[in-house]
Amino acid sequence: MSVQHSSRATTTVVDGPVSRGSLWSRFWQNDAPGYLFLLPWLIGFFGLTVGPMVTSFYLSFTDFDLLTSPDWVGTDNYVRMLTNDPKFWTSMRVTMFFVVFSVPLKLCFALAVAMLLNRGIRGLPLYRALFYLPSLLGASVAIAILWRQIFSGDGLVNQVLALVGIQGPSWISNPNYSLWTLIVLSIWQFGSPMIIFLAGLRQIPSDMYEAASLDGASKWRQFVKITLPLLTPVVFFNAIIQTIEAFKSFTPAFIISGGTGNPINSTLFYTLYLYQEAFGFFRMGYASALAWVLLALVGLFTAFSFLTSKYWVHYDE
Amino acid sequence: MATSIQLRQIKKAYGDVQVIHGVDLTIDPGEFTVFVGPSGCGKSTLLRMIAGLEPITGGDLLIDGQRMNEIPAAKRGIAMVFQSYALYPHMSVYKNLAFGLETAKMPKAEIAERVQKAAEILKIEPLLQRKPKQLSGGQRQRVAIGRAIVREPKIFLFDEPLSNLDAELRVAMRVEIAKLHNDLGNTMIYVTHDQVEAMTMADKIVVLRAGVIEQAGAPLELYNNPRNLFVAGFIGSPKMNFLTTTVENNTLKTGTASVSLGRDVTGATTLGIRPEHITIADGSGVKFADVIIDLVENLGGQTVVYATTRDGQALTIVLEGQRDVALGSTVEAYLDPARAHIFDAEGMAI
Repeated sequence: MSVQHSSRATTTVVDGPVSRGSLWSRFWQNDAPGYLFLLPWLIGFFGLTVGPMVTSFYLSFTDFDLLTSPDWVGTDNYVRMLTNDPKFWTSMRVTMFFVVFSVPLKLCFALAVAMLLNRGIRGLPLYRALFYLPSLLGASVAIAILWRQIFSGDGLVNQVLALVGIQGPSWISNPNYSLWTLIVLSIWQFGSPMIIFLAGLRQIPSDMYEAASLDGASKWRQFVKITLPLLTPVVFFNAIIQTIEAFKSFTPAFIISGGTGNPINSTLFYTLYLYQEAFGFFRMGYASALAWVLLALVGLFTAFSFLTSKYWVHYDE
Repeated sequence: MATSIQLRQIKKAYGDVQVIHGVDLTIDPGEFTVFVGPSGCGKSTLLRMIAGLEPITGGDLLIDGQRMNEIPAAKRGIAMVFQSYALYPHMSVYKNLAFGLETAKMPKAEIAERVQKAAEILKIEPLLQRKPKQLSGGQRQRVAIGRAIVREPKIFLFDEPLSNLDAELRVAMRVEIAKLHNDLGNTMIYVTHDQVEAMTMADKIVVLRAGVIEQAGAPLELYNNPRNLFVAGFIGSPKMNFLTTTVENNTLKTGTASVSLGRDVTGATTLGIRPEHITIADGSGVKFADVIIDLVENLGGQTVVYATTRDGQALTIVLEGQRDVALGSTVEAYLDPARAHIFDAEGMAI
């Protein structure tokens, strides 16, 4: 054992088994509790996120079928996807349609409700909780099953329509309407963006509206010229989150179409197609490639949103 | 032609709680009127009712003789400068100034002309393309005033517009607003809790307390002839000294001293003397107390002395120039009887 003290009393050079022991005890005393608390997250992050991602990236270049060991096929999966798989393009089209319509409609609806709730009404916490409830339940299997009942040929919607003499179609088995029922289900889950919009609206000082009303601005002009621009950071946040959610949407389409994406692939979401390839046909390599393309697509969309945000998102300070 | 404003028995209630209790007031054309009072006295509420931002519960608001109670804010010919400036953060200074004119669908050339003119008056031309976040507090305040000017309103309302500025800037902006009033000649109403602002800017001061006008009049009228203890204490800085008194043979008794003011003092219970009207030089008036010096503040141009009378009543004395007053010493305090104020048991001036 040797211990040397430098001219500075605080600097100590240590070596030998005892010093290693002291380092170890210092770790146990100072750092170990921190790592211990981090452990569940570390296990989850590396074991359930990073590990599977790396594996899936590797598998996307193989023909892995779950039963035999994977063979390297290079970029074959990606080439096939882009050049020789009509179903890939169908699922892409269905997903894009869903994203393009469900996200703006959901955001508009959420903003409208938030503005209604922002008028200082009584029992606001109750309404807020009630409106938020669908967001908690909406993506569940139970609600998707309920939705199937509501929009089926003899479902609640058609029973109501029958009261006014309208014979409604079977919404979920008609390819013209089936995707729209999923869009309506998505809009119904407006609670989460609504709460964030409400918080954003609360941040806009009331004297801005008072100044505008003294200037003679109508409620609509106040909304367009003051509310919307000042709310753009919140719109931006909500748009990104909801778009990512929409790209990832799976459960409702799976339940309502019985996992097929039918009628005639009209509800074949990208994630549903990915699921079919992976767990229907056991083409794990190809499904992995599909997953990585989706990730790239979401990444590109997010990057594009951030790049364009400086032109339309107004930050106060 | 400037505009007159009349308030007749104006009342405001929120549910069962009445906050303005039947206010009567006339503001003459071109007058600079300051509403002053402590927090919660209703001065901002009164201003907002005139602006049309708060509904009037009772009474009549007349602008140039026309009843305005139900007329929307935008049609009252009023512009308002807010305490927080209320500038639109996403718009440039130019757009902020032009917003009201664009709302009124004014031709672009005329908007540009008016904005330019206002910018010249307020010396903010180089700032027109900037966003509010790129401006200092004083510059933001100018833009807020500019936004009022461009509309060429009949009446300007200011709601504590200087309270967010530092002391130096506040004095500078005070002067500029006073100049602006001289140049434009509009009727202006200004709300503040700072009585120095009120004294220096106003043609007429309206002192409010708990939703009631305690006194309205010219600044020096309020200073020289306060109607009651509240106004006497609120107007003037440092505030007026109040000594508890009794009356014997038409002479005021304050502690051990007797003071003869040479007028009828029947019913007086409080003697009010402004700190600047007390002297400690022998023979400079009527002696009214022996005081013990507690603290001395030398401000250079003035010396502020904090003292206590023999019967324990606090007294502030402002002496001109730099005076050497020893702490703990006892001195004789004198007053000018003509400048002494006396109040009865209800706090009303006698």
